[in-house]
Amino acid sequence: MTKRQLLMKRYIFPVALAFGLVVGGAPAQAAEGGGLPHAGTNVQDQASLQRGAKLFFNYCVGCHSLKYMRYERIASDLGLTEQDVMQNLNFTGAKFGETVVSHMPEADATKWFGKAPPDLSLEVRAKGADWVYAYLNSFYLDPNRPVGWNNTVFPNASMPFPLWELQGLQTAVMTEAKPGEDARVEKLVLSQPGKLTPAQFQQASRDLTTFLEYASEPAALQRHHYGVWVLLFLAFLTFLLAMLKKEYWKDVH
Amino acid sequence: MANVFTSIGDWVTERAPGMMPMYRKHMTEYYAPKNFNLWYYFGSLALLVLVNQIVTGIFLTMNYNPSAAGAFASVEYIMRDVEWGWLIRYMHSTGASLFFVVVFLHMFRGIMYGSYKKPRELVWLLGMLIFLVLMAEAFMGYVLPWGNMSFWGAKVIISLFGTIPYIGDALVEWIMGDFLPADATLNRFFALHVVALPLVLLLLVVLHLAALHEVGSNNPDGVEIKKGPKGNRWDATKPTDGIPFHPYYTVKDLVGVGFFLLIAAFIIFFAPTLGGWFLEHDNFIPANNLATPLHIKPVWYFTPFYAIVRMIPSFLGSAVWGVIAMFGAIAVLFLLPWLDRGKVKSVRYRGTGFKVALGLFVVSYIMLGAVGAGVTAEVIPAWFGDVDVTFWENLFGRVMTLIYFGFFAFLWAYTYYGWEKTKPVPERVTTHD
Repeated sequence: MTKRQLLMKRYIFPVALAFGLVVGGAPAQAAEGGGLPHAGTNVQDQASLQRGAKLFFNYCVGCHSLKYMRYERIASDLGLTEQDVMQNLNFTGAKFGETVVSHMPEADATKWFGKAPPDLSLEVRAKGADWVYAYLNSFYLDPNRPVGWNNTVFPNASMPFPLWELQGLQTAVMTEAKPGEDARVEKLVLSQPGKLTPAQFQQASRDLTTFLEYASEPAALQRHHYGVWVLLFLAFLTFLLAMLKKEYWKDVH
Repeated sequence: MANVFTSIGDWVTERAPGMMPMYRKHMTEYYAPKNFNLWYYFGSLALLVLVNQIVTGIFLTMNYNPSAAGAFASVEYIMRDVEWGWLIRYMHSTGASLFFVVVFLHMFRGIMYGSYKKPRELVWLLGMLIFLVLMAEAFMGYVLPWGNMSFWGAKVIISLFGTIPYIGDALVEWIMGDFLPADATLNRFFALHVVALPLVLLLLVVLHLAALHEVGSNNPDGVEIKKGPKGNRWDATKPTDGIPFHPYYTVKDLVGVGFFLLIAAFIIFFAPTLGGWFLEHDNFIPANNLATPLHIKPVWYFTPFYAIVRMIPSFLGSAVWGVIAMFGAIAVLFLLPWLDRGKVKSVRYRGTGFKVALGLFVVSYIMLGAVGAGVTAEVIPAWFGDVDVTFWENLFGRVMTLIYFGFFAFLWAYTYYGWEKTKPVPERVTTHD
């Protein structure tokens, strides 16, 4: 037995440590934007999901699709009835079983914005919830841009800010331009308040991010639902198997 | 009921008399050393993952569409609209990464306890072939979802063949069937991934096990139980320190299976992307030949080899040296049984030089992985501030590459010139009464 413990100490521990170091290095790769604030989303929060869905269908679906997401699935996952969804969220005339497709013609969109608005089905999986949340909070007025808006998280984004009447208008405080270096955005200030207070807007953008996080992986709800039971079952099974092994190995010395 | 089973058994035995002896030879009368430790779980776990990959893979192919136009959407269809499709896909994607985890640990066990040495050279060679085919299988599987990292990863890896003088460019075009990874590439990779390579893998696994059962298993003490005392409770002619594989090691391996499934299930249900290590963020963006990802890099299990390719500078006007070094890093493992001349197998009784070299080898492998995954590119500026990142990363990566290859060079010299001071090897396995 002591031999086994010695082995554990000698070999298992270093390997586990090395594996832990590699896994621990993951944030280095995940933090593409570097130092983004924590979005604080929770896809289990159904009320937040419902508020986020309402925002998405009021402000986003005009330009952005969720082409892998069905209205029917949204209804069942968000605890809504068919009537709720078809009357309050579906403004495109799509059938209940169809996917969320924006009706903006791609050719027009390209003409207006320079490129067609991307599908947002997988936006959170591709960019991360923190990125989306920060992006939604980082629009500012910039008269030098074609549509009059710019963004600190995604500089020179071609999207105008549809939530401005909620957040209000942000303007940038620039640093002094030094020789060989352009002026940078030092911080954003709210120069004209919107319908929501800053705290309310942060919650609203968090709700919207939560909904997009859900839309990028609806299965997350099922994963969390079943996961605990699967682990408990496996823990019990492993315990039984360990007892079985002990019984069989009684006569091995 | 028992009578029914017995009569079915008799019925089969009458018509296929070879089956029971085969079962006995490989299961109930295969005598394995009784002192296997934790490191001996990974072979059976690799087999479990192989079965998982085949079964989940079959169900994935039922809804996957192997075309550049439809592949990405069909994977999302599996994730959203196919009943339990998300679970099948995560089992497959997590299984792919865990396959390499258990295979790396299995190979390390072999090096640590000298399982590649006489008389098990063939077992090692077949295992290395499995590793090689597994890498091809994983690479092609990674391309199938047709995300942006699938596309660019495929482009970069296939382009490595383009460094071969004279035939390089034609070879790259021949592999892809186009000038870029495209429909033709995806179709042939699908065929190879789901039909050709799994067949080769299964055949090699059967041969690996057959070769092993011919010579018998090694053990943590590296002593041959067949050369030890004879006679045990089951057979007077079989090794005293051996126990029947079934039921002893089948029930023991099941405990390993339980722990393994706990870890796998935790990842599948609570962290299927594992922070971007198992499923990468850029692969949730559809393949786009106009939008290059910020950092193109392979999945974690290829990163040590990818680092080697990056660390070797091109000279004489050719970049082929890095590719040679990368394949060399795998080829040199094939030669291990002949590079290591030491007669003592297990690390327990080998010289200090071997222990230190093995430790450095593991460190170099993990660090090369960190270089290939872009961890050093993030860590160097974060820890050391405003320094020349490329210079320090290259220096670090090259030192690690030297250590990786140095292990094999050292091992040869160490054993060829008899510098190794070994400890006495016991006559029998250390755990016996």
